[in-house]
This record gives sequence, structure tokens and C-alpha cells, in this order.
Amino acid sequence: MLHNLSIGELADRLGKRQISSTELTQHFLGRIERLNPALNAMITLTATQALADAAAADARLRSGERGPLLGIPLIHKDIFCTDGVKTSCGSRMLDNFVAPYDATVVARFKAAGTVMLGKSNMDEFAMGSSNETSYYGPVKNPWDTAKVPGGSSGGSAAATAARLTPFATGTDTGGSIRQPAALTGVTGLKPTYGRVSRYGMVAFASSLDQAGMFTRSASDAAAVLQVMAGFDPRDSTSVDVVVPDYTQALDRPLKGMKIGLLREFFEGLEPRNAALLEDALNIYTGLGAETLQVSLPHLPLSVPTYYVVAPAECSSNLSRFDGVRYGYRCENPKDLMDLYKRSRGEGFGAEVKRRIMTGTYVLSAGYFDAYYLKAQKARRLITDDFRAAFDKVDLVIGPTTPTPAFDIGAKMDDPVLMYLNDIYTIGANLAGLPGISVPCGFVDGLPMGLQLIGPHFAEAKLLNAAHQYQQATDWHTHAPRGYA
Amino acid sequence: MSLTRQDVEKIAHLARLSITAQEMPVYVSSLSSIVDFVDELSRADTEGVVPMAHPLDGQHQRLRADAVSETDHHEKYQRNAPAVTAGLYVVPRVIE
Repeated sequence: MLHNLSIGELADRLGKRQISSTELTQHFLGRIERLNPALNAMITLTATQALADAAAADARLRSGERGPLLGIPLIHKDIFCTDGVKTSCGSRMLDNFVAPYDATVVARFKAAGTVMLGKSNMDEFAMGSSNETSYYGPVKNPWDTAKVPGGSSGGSAAATAARLTPFATGTDTGGSIRQPAALTGVTGLKPTYGRVSRYGMVAFASSLDQAGMFTRSASDAAAVLQVMAGFDPRDSTSVDVVVPDYTQALDRPLKGMKIGLLREFFEGLEPRNAALLEDALNIYTGLGAETLQVSLPHLPLSVPTYYVVAPAECSSNLSRFDGVRYGYRCENPKDLMDLYKRSRGEGFGAEVKRRIMTGTYVLSAGYFDAYYLKAQKARRLITDDFRAAFDKVDLVIGPTTPTPAFDIGAKMDDPVLMYLNDIYTIGANLAGLPGISVPCGFVDGLPMGLQLIGPHFAEAKLLNAAHQYQQATDWHTHAPRGYA
Repeated sequence: MSLTRQDVEKIAHLARLSITAQEMPVYVSSLSSIVDFVDELSRADTEGVVPMAHPLDGQHQRLRADAVSETDHHEKYQRNAPAVTAGLYVVPRVIE
């Protein structure tokens, strides 16, 4: 079936004119119509525009043009601005917002000839680890619809796992690509901070946010990253570093590669999760890699550090939502202060307000040094730990999440319990490092992910290691029942 | 509870958020537990550590030539505004 083919295979068939982009687009739109009601993975469908874009891609293909993503459908997380299309960020605040321009990521995919099927559901303003904070309701995990798909990019993850799209974009501030990828059994890559432009991506925590993607394999991720990555003068934190050929790097043998086992990640790990990682390590040893222990002694500080830094930046970024220039405005404000307070109080959901208030508190007079400055110092200690580890090894490996997908509703009443979901993913964001989650087996019939983290700009090496693992295993080919 | 109701009311005011009477106890309790949780940081030895504001060392704000790069889009942008008159955003009267 078309929806089980890799991006490479689809591009090959499009190139040989065995299928058209229009047929492909109709196939996926049909699947979304049929299968999405049970998942709630989508906020907006753009079927009419998608068919027009597919026709345009078909014209380019007919004229002899070829490209790795030309005519390939995708879904964008609803955090990316899309000119003329609603961009809600999962919030009532932006329920009426039609973006007046394209994010750089969106523009790059358009230029490559991709076809946008629609925009995916997400935790409100990307704040959440379960997709339950969305104004549009929770996304269901296609492996078990009583479970969460993870978050914040839960709609993109569920849609990719359910084969509603060949791939989807996401963003990762503390694990929002890698954690849902693990919980839905797909491949999820968070590139190095600055590798992909943040222009037109609704800001949550600007020193942590990074765009990436969900695919069903590392080789698909390589083709997608090739289009996303690169310098953008419109993003002041975009980095002008050469973009290597990610696809070419996939087939390098792993002989001699040094992979570090993060001691702090393995301590106290649930035995079945540990057993899956043990199997993965054996695969890597069999492929010629060398595994050795490394330690990040300051890692236990990462979750509290993150929950100071991220809310602080969020409280600053979200101050732009004022009920004046765009977004939600309350009814009958009695004065300007009332307009601000009620527009924000009614427009934002509970978790977003909680994070804005946490951030406001840690930045307020008298608490700044004890919390914000202290967290920035702890952030350096954690970053220095990673740097020391990468003096000894090429990549580090560990679990992506402590457990498989949990029940919808299970952690909504306890924010700290929810925050601890991100324990293995947050470190890479604090240090700006690239990380990838790859399916590595099942616990209780639910997918689990292994995580590889590399030094800055080591995406090619991460994709290489993930691809070689996927050549030796078939976990990434499993589809949820009913979606194969 | 490390935060009182008065603390949360002050924070909500600084953040320009209206919090309803029913919501207030939930925020007092959850914000207190978050503050207690991040208080773990106080045990970390950070003597002499330089605070880190940017994840990539050595990055600087780029400068560009002071040339016009944008055109006027106000009509398009203001289509998203709740209230506009003559190209101006309308808010309740501020000065009597």
C-alpha cells in the first residue's frame, strides 16, 4: 500500500510517473477522512489547496523536474505560520488567527514541491507532554486510543504512526518531538539549536525551541532534514554552518564508532525498558560500534533547570498576546487593563497560564538570582557534562522515555509528575544538542524508543547510527493495528 | 504551601492574567509544588559558574546593513486584529 512506502520509494514512483502526486494526495486525504476522527490528530485540513499543490507538483514532474520531496504530502504542526491558513498553536488565543506569512520551514517545503495536507493538533503553545492541553481536545494514540500520544507534537506523531502522511513537522523544546515519537513508534529528530530556522514558528522558549520532523525511518528523516536545514538571515539565532549530504552519510559502517551509555539514564530504569536497550546495545556491538559508560553528574538538575528557564522565556514571549493586534479579545472590556487581563485569562488554557505565572515569578524582583540566574548556571554545568562526554565518545545512548504511553487523564492533575516525563529529553535542549528517537521494541504492546544524542551539528552521524540500527532491526516497520 | 493566595494574585497581576475565584486554589497549590520542585536547584554548587544564556557558545547577534527590507503589509496584518479604525488598533479609552 502507498502509505507504507518510504519517502524514497514514493519519490522513485513519482519520478517514474507510476503514480501522480494527485493520486498520492487523494490517498492520504482519504485516510485522514476515514481514520482521523478516532485520533483527533488534525486541527485544520487543507484538502482543496493540497489538490491544487499536487497538480502543480505533477506539472513540475511532467516537465522532467525531479526532487527528493517533489510531490510528497506532509502535515505541519499547527505552530508553523502558513500564509492564508489558520495557525492556532492549539490555543483559543489563536483560534481566529490566519497567518499572514509563511514560516521559513513552510516556505522551504513549498519550494521543494511538497503538498500540505493540513495542520496537526498539539499541546497549547507546545506546553505539555501528552497533547491533553490542546484547546481542540486530546490526540489519541493509534496504538491504543485510551492512551496519550505524548506531546507537545502529539498530532504530528499520531498522524505519522497512523500512516495519515508520509511525514510531519514538529518542534522540540524539552522533548516535544522525541517523546511523542517514542510513544507512537516512529522516528523523531530534533536537530541542533540553530540548524533549522525558527522564523515563523510561534515562540515558546526561544533558547530551547528547535524544529524537526517525524518520519517512519531514519533514511526518510535524512531526506526531510536536507530540505529543512540551513541558514536563515530572518532568524537571529540561525547558524551559518554548511549542510552536509545527510543521505550519503547513512550507509557509513559503524565500525569504530564509540557510543556512550549514559549511566544516569540507565540507573533505576524499569527492567523491561532496560532489556530493550540491552538488545539495542548488542545490535550496535554487532555492527562494530564500541560501547562504553559515560556519566553526566549534573543531569539530575536538568528538569528543575528546564522548568525555570522555559517558563521564564515563555512568560516573556507570550506577553505579545494582548488582545489588541491579533488573537482573542474578551467581550466588553471596561478599560485597557481589563482588556489585557481578561483576553489573556480567557484566551489561554490552564497549563499555559501556569507556565506564564511560574516564569513571571522566577523573573520577578527578589527571586531572579535564586531561580533564573541559578538555573542558567546549572544549565552550563549540564552542558559542560555533555561536552566532557563527547571528548570520549561519538554519540551517547539511552531511553527516550521512562515508560510507554500512559492513560489519557492519568497525569493532568499533577504538573510535576507530568514534567518528569521529559527527564531523558530535556538535557539535549538545554545544551542545544541534536537528538533522535528510534523505535526499539514494545512494552505491554506499546512502542518504546531509544534515544541517541550527538555533539552540535552531528545530525549526519545520528542519522547514520539510527539508519544502521534500522537496517539490522524491524521495529520501525511495525504499524498500529487497523492502520497498516 | 510555599506560595500564598496573595503571592499568586500578585504574580497574576504582573502577568496580566485574570484568574477566577474557582481557579485560584488550584494555582496556589500547583504553583507551590512547582516552586518546591525547582527549589532543588538551591542545593547545586554553582560557585564561580558563568550563567549560560545561549546554547551555542560564541554566537553573537548578527548585524546587517541599515537598508529597507520590508514593505508595508499593514492591511493584511490588521485583518487579524479584533478592532481597527483607519489603520489604527482600537482599545478602550486610556486618557480621559
